[in-house]
Amino acid sequence: MTDSKYFTTTKKGEIFELKAELNSDKKEKKKEAVKKVIASMTVGKDVSALFPDVVNCMQTDNLELKKLVYLYLMNYAKSQPDMAIMAVNTFVKDCEDPNPLIRALAVRTMGCIRVDKITEYLCEPLRKCLKDEDPYVRKTAAVCVAKLHDINAQLVEDQGFLDTLKDLISDSNPMVVANAVAALSEIAESHPSSNLLDLNPQSINKLLTALNECTEWGQIFILDCLANYTPKDDREAQSICERVTPRLSHANSAVVLSAVKVLMKFMEMLSKDLDYYGTLLKKLAPPLVTLLSAEPELQYVALRNINLIVQKRPEILKHEMKVFFVKYNDPIYVKLEKLDIMIRLASQANIAQVLAELKEYATEVDVDFVRKAVRAIGRCAIKVEQSAERCVSTLLDLIQTKVNYVVQEAIVVIKDIFRKYPNKYESVIATLCENLDSLDEPEARAAMIWIVGEYAERIDNADELLESFLEGFHDESTQVQLQLLTGIVKLFLKKPTETQELVQQVLSLATQDSDNPDLRDRGYIYWRLLSTDPVAAKEVVLAEKPLISEETDLIEPTLLDELICYIGTLASVYHKPPSAFVEGGRGVVHKSLPPRTASSESAESPETAPAGAPPGEQPDVIPAQGDLLGDLLNLDLGPPVSGPPLTTSSVQMGAVDLLGGGLDSLMGDEPEGIGGTNFVAPPTAAVPASLGAPIGSGLSDLFDLTSGVGTLSGSYVAPKAVWLPAMKAKGLEISGTFTRQVGSISMDLQLTNKALQVMTDFAIQFNRNSFGLAPAAPLQVHAPLSPNQTVEISLPLSTVGSVMKMEPLNNLQVAVKNNIDVFYFSTLYPLHILFVEDGKMDRQMFLATWKDIPNENEAQFQIRDCPLNAEAVSSKLQSSNIFTVAKRNVEGQDMLYQSLKLTNGIWVLAELRIQPGNPSCMDLELSLKCRAPEVSQHVYQAYETILKN
Amino acid sequence: MIGGLFIYNHKGEVLISRVYRDDIGSQAADSAVFSSSGPFLGERLGGSVRNAVDAFRVNVIHARQQVRSPVTNIARTSFFHVKRSNIWLAAVTKQNVNAAMVFEFLYKMCDVMAAYFGKISEENIKNNFVLIYELLDEILDFGYPQNSETGALKTFITQQGIKSQHQTKEEQSQITSQVTGQIGWRREGIKYRRNELFLDVLESVNLLMSPQGQVLSAHVSGRVVMKSYLSGMPECKFGMNDKIVIEKQGKGTADETSKSGKQSIAIDDCTFHQCVRLSKFDSERSISFIPPDGEFELMRYRTTKDIILPFRVIPLVREVGRTKLEVKVVIKSNFKPSLLAQKIEVRIPTPLNTSGVQVICMKGKAKYKASENAIVWKIKRMAGMKESQISAEIELLPTNDKKKWARPPISMNFEVPFAPSGLKVRYLKVFEPKLNYSDHDVIKWVRYIGRSGIYETRC
Repeated sequence: MTDSKYFTTTKKGEIFELKAELNSDKKEKKKEAVKKVIASMTVGKDVSALFPDVVNCMQTDNLELKKLVYLYLMNYAKSQPDMAIMAVNTFVKDCEDPNPLIRALAVRTMGCIRVDKITEYLCEPLRKCLKDEDPYVRKTAAVCVAKLHDINAQLVEDQGFLDTLKDLISDSNPMVVANAVAALSEIAESHPSSNLLDLNPQSINKLLTALNECTEWGQIFILDCLANYTPKDDREAQSICERVTPRLSHANSAVVLSAVKVLMKFMEMLSKDLDYYGTLLKKLAPPLVTLLSAEPELQYVALRNINLIVQKRPEILKHEMKVFFVKYNDPIYVKLEKLDIMIRLASQANIAQVLAELKEYATEVDVDFVRKAVRAIGRCAIKVEQSAERCVSTLLDLIQTKVNYVVQEAIVVIKDIFRKYPNKYESVIATLCENLDSLDEPEARAAMIWIVGEYAERIDNADELLESFLEGFHDESTQVQLQLLTGIVKLFLKKPTETQELVQQVLSLATQDSDNPDLRDRGYIYWRLLSTDPVAAKEVVLAEKPLISEETDLIEPTLLDELICYIGTLASVYHKPPSAFVEGGRGVVHKSLPPRTASSESAESPETAPAGAPPGEQPDVIPAQGDLLGDLLNLDLGPPVSGPPLTTSSVQMGAVDLLGGGLDSLMGDEPEGIGGTNFVAPPTAAVPASLGAPIGSGLSDLFDLTSGVGTLSGSYVAPKAVWLPAMKAKGLEISGTFTRQVGSISMDLQLTNKALQVMTDFAIQFNRNSFGLAPAAPLQVHAPLSPNQTVEISLPLSTVGSVMKMEPLNNLQVAVKNNIDVFYFSTLYPLHILFVEDGKMDRQMFLATWKDIPNENEAQFQIRDCPLNAEAVSSKLQSSNIFTVAKRNVEGQDMLYQSLKLTNGIWVLAELRIQPGNPSCMDLELSLKCRAPEVSQHVYQAYETILKN
Repeated sequence: MIGGLFIYNHKGEVLISRVYRDDIGSQAADSAVFSSSGPFLGERLGGSVRNAVDAFRVNVIHARQQVRSPVTNIARTSFFHVKRSNIWLAAVTKQNVNAAMVFEFLYKMCDVMAAYFGKISEENIKNNFVLIYELLDEILDFGYPQNSETGALKTFITQQGIKSQHQTKEEQSQITSQVTGQIGWRREGIKYRRNELFLDVLESVNLLMSPQGQVLSAHVSGRVVMKSYLSGMPECKFGMNDKIVIEKQGKGTADETSKSGKQSIAIDDCTFHQCVRLSKFDSERSISFIPPDGEFELMRYRTTKDIILPFRVIPLVREVGRTKLEVKVVIKSNFKPSLLAQKIEVRIPTPLNTSGVQVICMKGKAKYKASENAIVWKIKRMAGMKESQISAEIELLPTNDKKKWARPPISMNFEVPFAPSGLKVRYLKVFEPKLNYSDHDVIKWVRYIGRSGIYETRC
């Protein structure tokens, strides 16, 4: 017997006929009729008119028929709420049925009928079912609580179902536990503040026990729930990891990925020195590779996640390059993802293999894939310097194929290679110029124009080439127009005599005939520059460009950390936080990785270690519109910006933004000039003459800041403290402090003679210390020091002395000699006296370095009770040579990105999070990244000292 | 969690639609994108859901371009899909669900359906739609996957539907305790007159080789499939020549290490059926379990070291002018001469503008298949340490297409009666303390089959 015949009834009066059949006395006929109704429902016919007749069939002991009727009810109850009440009695009765299957079926179905009137009747049966003797009924009832909560949250709370649900976590049956966990997690998501899932070591232990026994799906629910827990210390984290690791061998990929999520998250808390840390890293690689032999859809999910994992912890998969080689028959989405990961894993060790593969891929059929492969070759060149030469020659080979999109893609990447290795591969320009005519995509055209403009002096017919583009100026995209404008200005500055006419033409095209504000403003600025001071123009337009960073399209670190918490979920597939694609209250709670717990190194000041701060309370950062920093990184590869991107956040960045890449991008470096629009662009700008004031001041601000003169005031000086009490030094008391002014460090000493005899013949010597501090001049006390006399001396210091690591790092041991004896004392110097004046890092550099420094080196601190706003903080820090590289406002919080450099060349990068306007919460959060993590603690102290004084 | 599940035929008509949550579709498609969707479903389905259903059909099934991603986000609604022959299964959600779980569930759904009614086709789905709704109700509750082991499901969801009155109370509680229990995959009280088990070691060997014969990547992905017909609740223990185990045992007896050490294999990674006690494997590396009744996949594994590559393909492609290609391919078998490989097929791709092909082969049959753009060379059987050769002349039509022919790799299919990874089953012990049969009474069969996975040589 087949069911397909039910799909075929299309006669007239069908409903009428069905009605008759439904009311038939014969059971078989009734069942047949209900089947027909369900079939009609499936294909989308409206059979709601039969509601009373179908509900009448509900009272039956035939389970199959019952299920069919229930199915119908679930579909139509909402449209016929009054009639649905008719069914309530049967439901309530069924919930008491001796057969547990029927009890469960009734409570399951009732939860799916989303009619308010029915939910009232649901409470009693549900309460019974939650305590049913049969686990099958209990596990169904657990999910039903979540259903009810979705319809009427208040009711669930009032009826105390949440507590019953919590009790079920201790149930003896693993499946009941798993479903209760799933239901609680979902309910907790819509109550972010409530402490529903009160996870503590005991309940975690229960979950871990249930983990071994429940179904594969239950294991997923439990693992996903575990991932939200924050262990109290690294030992607990380790013991959970140990019990989760066996899941990595599960056949279900989702179990494996959820286990990976838990491990990746808790690993944050483990110290790198631990043996276990290394073992865990090794254990993670094989299961991740195994995911790649799953079905293609799962491979895709796995690859998107691996992409995140590789960015977070490159060491896990660094030897597994080969498994990401593309197979000819892989679906395109798998191919593209594999390619992405290959580039991320490319290193000097495997570059030859990677390049050979990429060259193969560049001859495949799929256009997107081929383009990406070509682009990947360029990225290899930039990433691995040793391979640059081979990459360039491979690209040239590809250009010879004359396949249109290959050529265009190759030109775009070659432009980047020029930026990375200036004056090395310019010999290929001739070949590029041959292909000028075939370029029809804006990005490729813009790249080519950039190359021509940049190397105008080496291309004989540069003016002709650029002129040819100028003919269709108005038809070009903004990207190309901007680039053409900049290119021609560059050409003019290099060959002023022949190209005057050309430059005037392009300036007037840009300023008078265009209604694009970006283009117009850039045109005005050039015009103004050229007419007032051609020499300055030359300096600005032809300024040396910063090198582009090695890694492109990395995910912003805060976002990356959040996504790591979402491994396996849609967020990790989209590479977006859930708030970007989930509506309403669900999923907007930001997650963040747990902070590393207090380890022995930083134990000296325990109150600074942020171990106590649960991650749930740490506000997380998601850039408001895409990731701004990432975008800036991507300037050269990013999509063209159409229209003025004058968003609030970029305006707020103001002058600080211009300090970094802004100037470059404005003055003809980047093809799009995102940075440029941030700054002047007065919409009223009409003629160059009227622009004098705003632009003038704007520019001078700009130069002011770039030259970094604002730091002359010198850094913070602590009040003098007694270093050597008189009692210990036979009457000589020494107090002092350290200062830094205009690049020189000095030790300000105050010597007091508290003895009864005159002191003479002073001398000073330092022991070897961490930063090589040494007196730059002898200690000069001109006259003998008579009793009760005090002298003040400023002793200049240099940092060229011999170096020995001290404990603590900023410890300085000093010996002072006079005619009486030699005295020894030690003092701690504040680290900020070592912050040098050129500690401002270029913005791109900053980003690259930030990513480059492994996350284990990141340290987080809290600066409490610091009622300052971002500007005050920034200027205060700047006077002590901590420079703000960029500033952003994210969800009401100011984020400052800062850099500083120590006298011995160590860079320290900082991210400072400020919540303005909240008097109750005046805490700043500081994350420091440095290649020498031992300085972080002291840098933090310096921050605190500077900000609090 | 999963908000709804739809099954479509190739035309995009809905065969099965089960909605678990109201949130899907509420805004999925208030845009004009769907105005083009035509009157097919029109006003038939209830408002919001129709939008989700339509959105998927228009944007994925009827999309002009081939599928670029198995996850599609349309108007803030996410669609996960898998395709089986020409049937589309789509799970829909508006939340940040566990994506891996959704796909695993869709595969499982296919397995369960296949176990009930065979091939997943439009006809079978229509014929069994009541059953499918019943299954969907059971294995997915409010979008949360529940026990989906076919063995357990079949005890209470039968194709005839169960008559509740025929069940005794004990039977009922047996069902529920199995569905929710620790051993959800096996019911109690199974009896066989003859206790028997079959072990199949099925391996697929994957290779990517450069034209010069350099191995670019090679791995074996293997499965151990077990068919068990055992009474009671048998406790089983499976042993193989896993290097780590052998080395651990070898510590005691030194001479055995040297003997068995050679034969042991290094397993890169393995995953197990949910019946295997993972924590025991993690601590002792022993594989112990209570098997489901009937056929199941005990484990999957992957090896990359010391793989026996059963065949070597040596390609030679020469372009003679613009209108002719000469291809010569030699295959060499590389295993014991006493063994026979079967179902050998070599597929040599030809350019799109091929006009004619002449083929000469020493063994088997070769044919040019224009529709597949390939020369297919088939050999029924071939013993180890042999060699065979094919040569072909390909005539090309002159084209003005600038792009060179991509030269897809030469691929190969075969089946050999051994495990290319070198895996050997050492034992499978069965203990059933309650019933009176011992390990000796169980009849055991072991079989090794090595097949080609993606076995390609670039030319």
